[in-house]
Amino acid sequence: MWRQWIPFWRPGLSPHGGDVDLLFAGLLIASALVLALLFFLLVLFCTRYRAGNRTDRDHRVKKSWHWEVGWTAASSVCFLGLFVWGASVYFQIYRTPADEHDVFVVAKQWMWKTQHPGGQSEIDALHIPVRRPVRLVMASQDVIHSFFIPALRLKHDVVPGRYQDLEIEVDKPGHYHLFCAEYCGTDHSGMIGEIVAMEPADFSNWLTQQAPSSPLASEGGQLFRELGCSGCHGGGGTIRAPPLEGLYGKPVPLSDGTTVIADDKYIRDSILMPRSQVVASYQPLMPSFAGKVSEDQLLRLVIYIKSLAGHPS
Amino acid sequence: MSDKNYLTTDYTLRSWFLTTDHKRIAILYFASLIFFFFIGGAAATAIRIELATPQADLVSSDVYNRLFTMHGIIMVWFFLIPSIPNTLGNFVVPLMIGARDLAFPRLNLMSWYIFMLGGCITLFAILAGGVDTGWTFYTPFSTLYSNSYVIVAAAGVFIAGFSSILTGLNFIVTIHRLRAPGLTWYRLPLFLWSLYATSVILVLATPVLAITLLLMATERFFGVGIFDPRIGGDPLLFQHLFWFYSHPAVYIMILPGMGVINELVSCFSRKEVFGYKFVAWCSVAIAAVGFLVWGHHMFVSGQSLVASLVFSFMSFIVAVPSAIKVFNWTATLHKGSIHFDAPMLYALAFIGLFTIGGLTGLFLACLAFDVHATDTYFVVAHFHYIMVGGMVTAYFGGLHYWWPKITGRLYSEYWARTAAVLIFFGFNLTFFPQFILGAEGMPRRYHVYPPEFQVWNVLSSGGAAILAVAYLMPLFYLGYSAFHGRRAPANPWNAPGLEWQTSSPPPEFNFASQPVVTRAPYQYNEHFQAEPQNA
Ligand code: HEM
Ligand SMILES: [Cu+2]
Repeated sequence: MWRQWIPFWRPGLSPHGGDVDLLFAGLLIASALVLALLFFLLVLFCTRYRAGNRTDRDHRVKKSWHWEVGWTAASSVCFLGLFVWGASVYFQIYRTPADEHDVFVVAKQWMWKTQHPGGQSEIDALHIPVRRPVRLVMASQDVIHSFFIPALRLKHDVVPGRYQDLEIEVDKPGHYHLFCAEYCGTDHSGMIGEIVAMEPADFSNWLTQQAPSSPLASEGGQLFRELGCSGCHGGGGTIRAPPLEGLYGKPVPLSDGTTVIADDKYIRDSILMPRSQVVASYQPLMPSFAGKVSEDQLLRLVIYIKSLAGHPS
Repeated sequence: MSDKNYLTTDYTLRSWFLTTDHKRIAILYFASLIFFFFIGGAAATAIRIELATPQADLVSSDVYNRLFTMHGIIMVWFFLIPSIPNTLGNFVVPLMIGARDLAFPRLNLMSWYIFMLGGCITLFAILAGGVDTGWTFYTPFSTLYSNSYVIVAAAGVFIAGFSSILTGLNFIVTIHRLRAPGLTWYRLPLFLWSLYATSVILVLATPVLAITLLLMATERFFGVGIFDPRIGGDPLLFQHLFWFYSHPAVYIMILPGMGVINELVSCFSRKEVFGYKFVAWCSVAIAAVGFLVWGHHMFVSGQSLVASLVFSFMSFIVAVPSAIKVFNWTATLHKGSIHFDAPMLYALAFIGLFTIGGLTGLFLACLAFDVHATDTYFVVAHFHYIMVGGMVTAYFGGLHYWWPKITGRLYSEYWARTAAVLIFFGFNLTFFPQFILGAEGMPRRYHVYPPEFQVWNVLSSGGAAILAVAYLMPLFYLGYSAFHGRRAPANPWNAPGLEWQTSSPPPEFNFASQPVVTRAPYQYNEHFQAEPQNA
């Protein structure tokens, strides 16, 4: 935003972090002014008009509504300004992330498990390159958690049963707190970790050193066959199911006449609740896999299907 | 007339526990609430001692979770919501409108029994092993993962809810039907406007809580998928339902306090409340718009961005009438003749603390900042400024103001003022540091925390020690006054309200003869040049 024009303003640690700080400063200044005015009047009236003090109490203003109309209008205008400001930054923070470096986050009582597309997984830590947007796809295995990085002024609940997308970006290398902010049971306060922001070169080094067992996509492909998905979607089967190659990111016409974009949420929902969104001209034959696949497995399936995006069907 | 009053008509226990006199029922509530306040306060003390160091040295994490849950549940449902309406309201509503009693005296007694039943069940849940869900009972944690006494505690809250509904109904009917001749709506004291608005919320919102808790119990007992996604439910549905009740409920917790402040500010500046009609309708506006802002508790939950936008906007709107009230109270002081008796000190403290609480509420209504601040100590500080700095302070102010009426005795002005000042300082020292903690990112409901947060936590715990002492003081000097205080005249403050027109303490049926009202409230200027006698 326009904060770079303000003298002495420290840039935030992230593109939006600075905007939030500025908003905070604005709120602080506005409320400091209101408080100063209020306390000034309180002290003034309390000393001037204390009982026994001989001041002029005549000519009390004849009660008119001008005052109320005045301060109602003044506070409304002020509030409206703050509302618009806060909302515009919010929309930037939570704008739908573009396709970037994806990291998958699974929250469970009481740890954060993060996985890079290459298969590198970490517990209670997340390594990311600096100055590059990273897209988190977050899911919870059990209760509601909340992914909170105070340094980035960023937080998002991780609600079981759905994916939450969040884009993060850090400008300076370093270690930052990762907290769970939504109360999640016994060890809630132990559900903390750190975000390690590294120079891109260091980051690629780190990634290769982690020597994953196998990339998530290929693990997903293996699951795809083990769970029997390939029986129908793999072509050559007897049941007619939509092919998944080239599906990711494309609009899908549904049998109720609407269209959805095949994103992570759509794929996840199709695995767990196949009957809620039936692809046009197919029969609702697919069984639900709810309860049969864990969050970790779901993620691998989604990533696998995503990896098929490049292969036109 | 005999000199018997409501306290001396009969001394048997039976006459207390089967009474239908609103004044005696107020005293029953009063005793119960002191009890609950101290249980909740003991939990707060334990929490603050634990948080003085970053490690877990006093209690284990499970105990800590049970402590803050118990603190929250007791304070919200068994202290704050019933506090002013059921004690001060019960006592003064009929007196203020010149009636002999509430519209349904037996229902009033029944409400107390229901309240106590709910309270006992909740206490049982605490003693039997405690609850660890937080007072918000968020699902699916509360329905499938917590292995504590969730259902029992929820049952207690559920039952207490009926008491709220009945009390609300009773107030509404009373204010409609039993006003003395000449007491038109615009002659009603503002305290009654605020209690009326509160009652409407109680009646409309509490059933939603009851249903929510029932649904929660159903899922926990029978595994019916309502809130847990694994069995086909939606966790956010719970939050919508819960806050649809609980947000209006926070206005239940503050509107009566605002009502009390009107009485105090005008009495001790010997002036009519500035802009009576505005203030009256502001209560109604707050109650109405308060139903439309629940989603501001869910800005980071993954609800749609457009929903967040609407809820944020409504939250700014609901702040306007509160702002108007603050300005009106301040304007009331202008050209008044201000007396700094203890109730007035509480009222002034209220205005300051409530304003800070309200302004920080705007911070949280402001979408992008809320993303950072929600679920941190910033929120804890904010709601304590409203609920404790606001409502509890107003409660203490109202208690001191009507104390001579309730007991027929005067208390020590010196100790009362000292306590008021101590509460103010202790409170700020306890809760102001929590704003800073929250802004720096310390999440709430944390039992251990990173060491860099310790300085502010130590300050906060130190403040809590002062506050604890200050909250205990009234117990002693008011307790002393109840038995040994100087006798109070009928109207120690020289206030024009109807409740002061009868003797202190009032006789069993309040007024010797039916009072008739011929003027607007708060006519200190024309008719009551006299100063308070207690000063
Ligand atoms: C007297 C001094 C008090 C202190 C030192 C105190 C302290 C605290 C603390 C530290 C928490 C946060 C616990 C956490 O999130 O980890 C808390 C939560 C809370 N307090 Fe207080 N408190 C006090 C008085 C009150 C009063 C008088 C009320 C209401 C009348 C109240 C209502 C609440 C509520 C509703 C919560 C939320 C509980 C939850 O997170 O589930 N507190 N208090
Ligand atoms: Cu968690």
